[in-house]
Amino acid sequence: MLRYSLKRLISLILSLAVASLVIFFVIEIAPGDPASFMLGINAQPDTIEALRSELGLDVPKIERYLDWVGGMLHGDFGTSYTYRTPVTKMVTDRLWVSLPLALYALALSTLIAFPAGIYAAARRGKPGDMAVMGATQLGVAIPNFWFAMMLVLIFAINLRWFGAGGFAGWNKGFWTGIHSLTLPAIALALPQAAILARVMRSALLDILGEDFMRTARAKGLSRRQALWRHALRNAMIPVLTIIGLQFSFLLAGAIIIEQVFYLPGLGRLVFQAITARDLIVVESVVMLLVFAVITVNFLVDLAYAAVDPRLRQRT
Amino acid sequence: MSLLDIQNLSLQIGGLPILKDVSFSVAPGEIVAVTGESGSGKSMTALGVIGLLPDRAETQGKILLEGQDLLARNEAQMCSLRGREIGMVFQEPMTALNPVKTIGDQVMETILIHKAMPKDQARARAREMLDRVGLPEDRFPLSRFPHELSGGQRQRVVIAMAIALRPKLLIADEPTTALDVTTQAQILDLLQSLVADFGMGLLMITHDLAVVSDMADRIVVMRHGELVEQGPTRELFRNMTHPYTKMLFEASGHQVTLPEPPAPEPLLQVKGAVRDYRLPRKHLFRDPGYHRAVKGVSFTLNRGERLGLVGESGCGKSTLTRALLGLEPLQGGEILLDGKPVWSGHKPDPDVRRRMQVVFQDPFGSFNPRHRVDRLVTEPFHLLDTPPTGATRDRAIAEALEAVGLKATDAKKYIHEFSGGQRQRIAIARALIIRPELILFDEAVSALDVSVRAQILDLLVELCAAYQLSYLFISHDLSVVRTVTDRVLVMQSGEIVEEGETEQVFTSPRHPYTQTLIAAAPTLPALG
Repeated sequence: MLRYSLKRLISLILSLAVASLVIFFVIEIAPGDPASFMLGINAQPDTIEALRSELGLDVPKIERYLDWVGGMLHGDFGTSYTYRTPVTKMVTDRLWVSLPLALYALALSTLIAFPAGIYAAARRGKPGDMAVMGATQLGVAIPNFWFAMMLVLIFAINLRWFGAGGFAGWNKGFWTGIHSLTLPAIALALPQAAILARVMRSALLDILGEDFMRTARAKGLSRRQALWRHALRNAMIPVLTIIGLQFSFLLAGAIIIEQVFYLPGLGRLVFQAITARDLIVVESVVMLLVFAVITVNFLVDLAYAAVDPRLRQRT
Repeated sequence: MSLLDIQNLSLQIGGLPILKDVSFSVAPGEIVAVTGESGSGKSMTALGVIGLLPDRAETQGKILLEGQDLLARNEAQMCSLRGREIGMVFQEPMTALNPVKTIGDQVMETILIHKAMPKDQARARAREMLDRVGLPEDRFPLSRFPHELSGGQRQRVVIAMAIALRPKLLIADEPTTALDVTTQAQILDLLQSLVADFGMGLLMITHDLAVVSDMADRIVVMRHGELVEQGPTRELFRNMTHPYTKMLFEASGHQVTLPEPPAPEPLLQVKGAVRDYRLPRKHLFRDPGYHRAVKGVSFTLNRGERLGLVGESGCGKSTLTRALLGLEPLQGGEILLDGKPVWSGHKPDPDVRRRMQVVFQDPFGSFNPRHRVDRLVTEPFHLLDTPPTGATRDRAIAEALEAVGLKATDAKKYIHEFSGGQRQRIAIARALIIRPELILFDEAVSALDVSVRAQILDLLVELCAAYQLSYLFISHDLSVVRTVTDRVLVMQSGEIVEEGETEQVFTSPRHPYTQTLIAAAPTLPALG
């Protein structure tokens, strides 16, 4: 198990190194010079040159790359070209919204999907199963921005249980923060829960057909006991894979929901940075997201090994 | 009073009759074998006794366990009975255990689920049971996982689970079918000694008469859901009254007479063949290491000769087959067909490759279900430079199908319209169609019922006479190899340990491994 974890860790570090190279150079190759963009089309070439050297863009690329990576290792992501503020501060502010939102949505999604998937699998082909399957079909089909708007209409405008948008901030207390993230989290979680419930159900059904389930029944376990004791853990591998993918998506892909609820999240930050050609911000946020995705995959790998003893030996 | 008494049991699934009026009984300490071919309802009978029939099954009649009707019990009552009063062992040991739980937990579960004893006592009992089935603590601690054990060892764990609470009745559904002969003999011994020690009744389901002939007290023969004949083993074998029983007995020990082979002239020559597999890399910067599956094997197969290759699973016979067919390259030595190497440069030589064909074990998995028989049978034509078309092609298809006892009109059917035996005939037709000089039969009759197997063996003999076939017959089934081959090779851990005339090897094996194999192979009693 220790060896397995170490190997995964080494592969994590290698992936990060490769990702940083790709991100930096691909964005550098892309056309569009931040300095000329900031000064507009009428700028004099020497003004642009001056700004370039002020921004540190005149240094050779390799050097800039090493500076960038070295800075990141110290938690210094550089200075934004457009806002002239430290990127680290901008990103951490946004992260304090996006990360809790993603975790909140993931928790909701898991809490809905597990019981629904298990319930449906245990009642395969019966009305309960069909109801759950129908509901998840809807959940997958409904676009989340429409669903988000419906939530705002019902719970914010009509019932006035929640604010229609914006983020109260964590300094007013944990529960106030959670309260203002609730509607966006629900809007994000529901489609994910629908997918996860379907994965859970089909993974369980695959396992229920296995020989060892019959063995368990022959020992005297009831259907329900066999499902909980033998099927669930075996069904976790595909479910964990999906949870890992969903977390990465929730962290970076919440831009539409952030827009609907006026949340100052990472998605909106990237969007603004890209339109302003604020390369250093784009690079940093993308790197951060890559780091998150790779770390989540690492954790999922560890979870696989915890679930399945056969993976602990294989490397 | 008998322990288990099945009275007029009938069973339908979705209106389709599966069992009709089946009655037999098992006494304490008695071994009753239920035998029959696929579709006879023998497994359904076993599942009926333990109450694990499919949901849509409807039953009539009675299944009495010590006088109590099991069919009248509800699910909760059956749950408390399963594992405690009735234990069951299944066919496929590789998948019968939960891969993510330790063997100790799984054996203990039988005890704990019935709240038979507290946890520490249950652990001690689990240990005791694993010791009893031949898995001692030093090599098989409770913390082992199933994937660390071999098939035979896993079957022992399944047996330990089934007997942990000393049930009165043990049901074993084809418990040794998936195992090698030597392992099979050990498991059968174990079951027999457990019955003797615990006084359990054993209901054993098997398709193989030879397996139970010297073990069962009584034999029940079933066909198409009906009980055909039953009686004490010796008596039943002595005066088989029903023609089906006679047929089953004859087919199990079916003997054929091969035509004389022509004068020896080498066709296939294997010289020091070596096949290595790369092992998974353990260290990033170290050589991953290799497993040598075939260790310098040499033999010759003469034109018109029928050569057998026997050995247990993992001995390298399938690896060797793939190398012969040029599917994988060798790491040493060479394989020559008619003096030309099978593998030339970095790919198999198509000139050589088109002169060999293969028939695989699984008559269900080896055909594309979306193609018609004519397309399936003509697959080897792609090996030819100018494949026949039009009327020539149709004639070739008709000829191949008729050669294996099917009709030319079968060419337009899909594969699902055929039974297992017919499919294997189609597989042989597919091999024959380009008139190969050598055919490899890789466990080609192992998945078939005995009566179908007998027909296929007869077909082989006919084809030998008609086409002067040369073949390599690879099988774990010694009795079949004995009758359809002239010479035999015995393979053990990647090496050929014995080679000789088939009859000679079987009657006076010289190598200790061959002796073990032959001693372990179950045989039918001689009638007289």
